[in-house]
Amino acid sequence: MSGSNKPIIWGLFAAGGTIAAFVLPGLILITCFAVPLGLLSTETLSYAHLIELMQHPLSKLVIFGVLFLVIWHAAHRMRITAHDLGVRNDTLTMMICYGIAAAGTLLALAALSGI
Amino acid sequence: MNQRVIKLEILRYDPEQDDAPHFQTYTVPYQEDWVVLDAINYVKDELDRTLSYRWSCHMAVCGSCGMVVNGEPALACHAFLRDYPEKIRIEPLQNFPIERDLVIVMDDFMDKLGSVKPYVVAKEERDVDDGEHLQTPLELARFKQYTDCINCLLCYSACPQYALTDSFVGPAALALAHRYNLDSRDTGRSAREDVVSSNAGIWECSFVGACSEVCPKSVDPAAAIQQTKIASTVDYFMKFLKPWKRI
Amino acid sequence: MSRRPYIREPSKGGWWLEQPRYIRYMMREISALFIGIYVLVLIVGLFQLSRGEAAYEEFLATVEGPPGRVFAVLAMLFAIYHTYTWFQVTPKAMPLTLGGKPVPGSFIVAAHWFGLVLVSAALWLLVGS
Repeated sequence: MSGSNKPIIWGLFAAGGTIAAFVLPGLILITCFAVPLGLLSTETLSYAHLIELMQHPLSKLVIFGVLFLVIWHAAHRMRITAHDLGVRNDTLTMMICYGIAAAGTLLALAALSGI
Repeated sequence: MNQRVIKLEILRYDPEQDDAPHFQTYTVPYQEDWVVLDAINYVKDELDRTLSYRWSCHMAVCGSCGMVVNGEPALACHAFLRDYPEKIRIEPLQNFPIERDLVIVMDDFMDKLGSVKPYVVAKEERDVDDGEHLQTPLELARFKQYTDCINCLLCYSACPQYALTDSFVGPAALALAHRYNLDSRDTGRSAREDVVSSNAGIWECSFVGACSEVCPKSVDPAAAIQQTKIASTVDYFMKFLKPWKRI
Repeated sequence: MSRRPYIREPSKGGWWLEQPRYIRYMMREISALFIGIYVLVLIVGLFQLSRGEAAYEEFLATVEGPPGRVFAVLAMLFAIYHTYTWFQVTPKAMPLTLGGKPVPGSFIVAAHWFGLVLVSAALWLLVGS
């Protein structure tokens, strides 16, 4: 039995999936391709510039929101996929998937509060 | 004149004699306007009387002749020979026990269908003298598509989650629950919740969407289930925000 | 007459290889793996950012190497596939009616792609400034 037993989990999954759908292509383009392809200056991803961007009052909140929702979306989908691929021990899968998501969430919190 | 022929490879199983199902091949004349059901009927009438299968209306409204034709769930009366290659493999619907030949045991579905209360649960019992329920065309349009289900079980055959988890309520039953939940005459949503919103209900679905792809009546059970997930999630949060409000 | 129904067991892990529609489904599900790893890398990057310039430069050097580049391409492809499949199913999960008539699914999907362009442009302007 791999279904989530709470609408909360699915709600997070749906919200994270929606955010991922709208945000990730642009985000990956900016973080991985724009600078090497010369579309944005090398300053864009520099230490100084990113710290500057984070000074905006809302930026940390928005960044955390995006990271939190997307990582839980991915974690839940991976749990379902494990079941689809024949992994029977749902409790173990759940602990691993959500555990990693929780660890990522905590690390994000630690990171953002330290900037 | 040369009569064009096709070969039907049909999965046979005699519970009184066989240990396991096995394929048997029949050579059948090809007719331009024939469907797979016609070819199977030819086999039974002319070649092998022992072949067992369900069928009735021959026009895709009764839902009896569901089978797997060349790997794809289909209604045998809806699958034209001219759309298939010369060899056609016919098996009973996947994910159900085989009773005999192409006849499956559908008790599991019947139980699940019953469990979702597939009937109008009215707020109060109405007398015939009270007259009919009144419903606008707009209210009908909300759920009409989900009334088209003919219980043919092609969706259960296609659904990988039903294959992996026996207890999954399944596409058709959940689509029918949705049909009644959307019906303006019905007040039974909370009564259905225990089954629909259980772990074996909507939450077992991972939106593969195969069910809707194979449905011969365009019921779109996948959409029904997703809409139910959203409605259930909203209900869940509303319970915290407005605990006094009854669903 | 004796009943002895025969139960065919599906192949536990390999069922999805048997049909194109299941392979497409599995690709959609696997997209979450790449999306998840990308976000984790982002988080690690943020953490290194919080530790100072040296740590951050080291992080950049690591992710800009060849394995990072390969992963970036895969992540982009899977992210786009996720977007594509997510938008495709949205009209089914949330059917809209306007003035009594159902809004065609294609319209909802097109609006979402337009939204993607808007969000991407906004990100570009915000980060690139």
